[in-house]
Amino acid sequence: MNTPIAEANIDVAQVAVQSRGYWTTVLQRLRRDRVTLFFGSVVLAIILVAIFAPLLAPHDPYHASMIKRLKPVGTEGHLLGTDETGRDMLSRLIYGARLSLFMGIMPVINALVIGGALGIIAGFVGGRTNMIIMRAMDVFYAFPSVLLAIAISGALGAGIFNAIISLTLVFIPPLARVSESVTTQVRNLDYVDAARASGARALTIIRVHVLSNVLGAIFIYSTSLISVSIILASGLSFLGLGTKPPEPEWGLMLNTLRQAIYVNPVLAALPGVMIFITSLSFNLVSDGLRSAMDIKV
Amino acid sequence: MSAESIAVETPPAETAGHAGHRSGERRALVSVNDLKKYFPIRGGLLNRTIANVQAVDGISFEVKRGETLGIVGESGCGKSTTARLLMRLIEPDSGDVIIDGKRVGADGMSLRGMRRQMQMVFQDSFASLNPRLTIEDTIAFGPMVHGVPQAEARTRARDLLAKVGLDPNLFIRRYPHELSGGQRQRINIARALALEPKIVLLDEAVSALDKSVEAQVLNLLMDLKRDFELTYIFISHDLHVVHYVSDRVLVMYLGQVVEIGPVDEIYASPRHPYTQALLSAMPSMDPDNRAEKPPLAGDPPNPINPPSGCRFHTRCPFAEDLCSKRSPTLELVDAAAGQFAACHMTSPGSGHSKAPQKRATA
Repeated sequence: MNTPIAEANIDVAQVAVQSRGYWTTVLQRLRRDRVTLFFGSVVLAIILVAIFAPLLAPHDPYHASMIKRLKPVGTEGHLLGTDETGRDMLSRLIYGARLSLFMGIMPVINALVIGGALGIIAGFVGGRTNMIIMRAMDVFYAFPSVLLAIAISGALGAGIFNAIISLTLVFIPPLARVSESVTTQVRNLDYVDAARASGARALTIIRVHVLSNVLGAIFIYSTSLISVSIILASGLSFLGLGTKPPEPEWGLMLNTLRQAIYVNPVLAALPGVMIFITSLSFNLVSDGLRSAMDIKV
Repeated sequence: MSAESIAVETPPAETAGHAGHRSGERRALVSVNDLKKYFPIRGGLLNRTIANVQAVDGISFEVKRGETLGIVGESGCGKSTTARLLMRLIEPDSGDVIIDGKRVGADGMSLRGMRRQMQMVFQDSFASLNPRLTIEDTIAFGPMVHGVPQAEARTRARDLLAKVGLDPNLFIRRYPHELSGGQRQRINIARALALEPKIVLLDEAVSALDKSVEAQVLNLLMDLKRDFELTYIFISHDLHVVHYVSDRVLVMYLGQVVEIGPVDEIYASPRHPYTQALLSAMPSMDPDNRAEKPPLAGDPPNPINPPSGCRFHTRCPFAEDLCSKRSPTLELVDAAAGQFAACHMTSPGSGHSKAPQKRATA
């Protein structure tokens, strides 16, 4: 066993040939995809703005001024004008990125963990377990997602925390379903059988052989959910079920500026533009990742 | 006193064992008793079982230490199901598998223990390798599962890679999609050997390879068998390959064993009409000797509702009334060679017109 009798000549000095792994290849493909790179940098910029909001915002986002209400875009000292209570729009949009991103990403992360785990268990174990988990998910599927989010938020009451809970519940079923279907495909492949034949326990097989082949697809799907989540979270705030005034949040800002639409339509549209750019960027990045990771081997 | 009696008793048993070894009557390493697997077909409103696919229906055989048992049969006859049942990738409905004298199951040998003794090489060389793992990780996975430290498992992977004829330095960090079919199948063989098993199940292991590569891998398998003192169960639909590698052959038809015996005897004088038809379907190397008419007509019957009596009677040229009523049992037809067949025509006194007369004395 310990004597490597080789028909192939082993040159001791030769270093083992290193192959490019899957993720290295994905990165290389991404580097060539300009659209994804551009929108990826937009997403990155928005995230950085949210993190460094106190440094970037020119004014206090809560500071109201009755004499400076609804100033148009380009006003001296207020680059993007002021809102209906005279607060600086630019500062509010910068601070708003924090809450809007948080409320867009947190529910998806929660749902990724819970829904992903449920789906992988259902797909790997199969049989009755699969049926119980997936039928429970189907119950949630029976309602349109917006309606479900509004219903749960309404039942729990307004507030950021409750909005995140309700959005998490909305995203668990689709993530569980995607995880279940990719896991079912993988578990029927021979290499999972080979791993079982080697005597490995179910958890080891899931960790080594299933997760590595399933997480990519689930991750991609969840990035595409972020854009939906941002829109839904803004929608909840718009309806008064998410954040409460005077918190700067894009959806809520859209709601409060609604009355100003005849006076200053550009101003009223600004939070909507931010929601649009953010969700579009997340969506295109997710698309780019999907095509970069779709390597036919 | 008692210790002395043991000391006296042991040597004769051992010598008997050695004598047996020399005469070819080696102890069975694997013995399979009445293994059964029906796959239920559910339907109707209440999702009740409405029928069963009788994939493997009561098969029994033995594999002796160090031999190669070939399993042949048409597609759908239960060859692969048998392999998966042996590996316990599918739970059998009933029947025992005994390895080295220990029954696999709750009270005998654990599944983990069994899997150290027996490993499997799958047909699809690509689907049986995880695309995200390097060759090194794939081969080292099994030993690490069984508690071998990582460094040692990796050394073992390198050694095995050399053993299957691939340069470890060139292949150890590669991914399956970068290799050819033959190279991938060599990796699969190395992976199976990483647990140092005694028995290797080869389920159509060379069928997907092209002929020249197939020959190389077959020769590799023979070398490994010699070097590691392995026992093979070789499943294939290729009768030439089975003839080349096997010591004994088992012929399956619709989930049952119809004939089993030494390869030369079976290929020279098949007793069961199905085996005869199967062997005559083998393409001949001599153009003057080509088959003019198909030896068998039609498809095998549906295993959901197999024919009554002898399962082959619907296609058998010698079928008589008896064949559809009573199913034949596997009986010894050539005591010297150890050839068994399940056919009324070879069973004395079965009532079939071609059956040999029952001898008065045994």
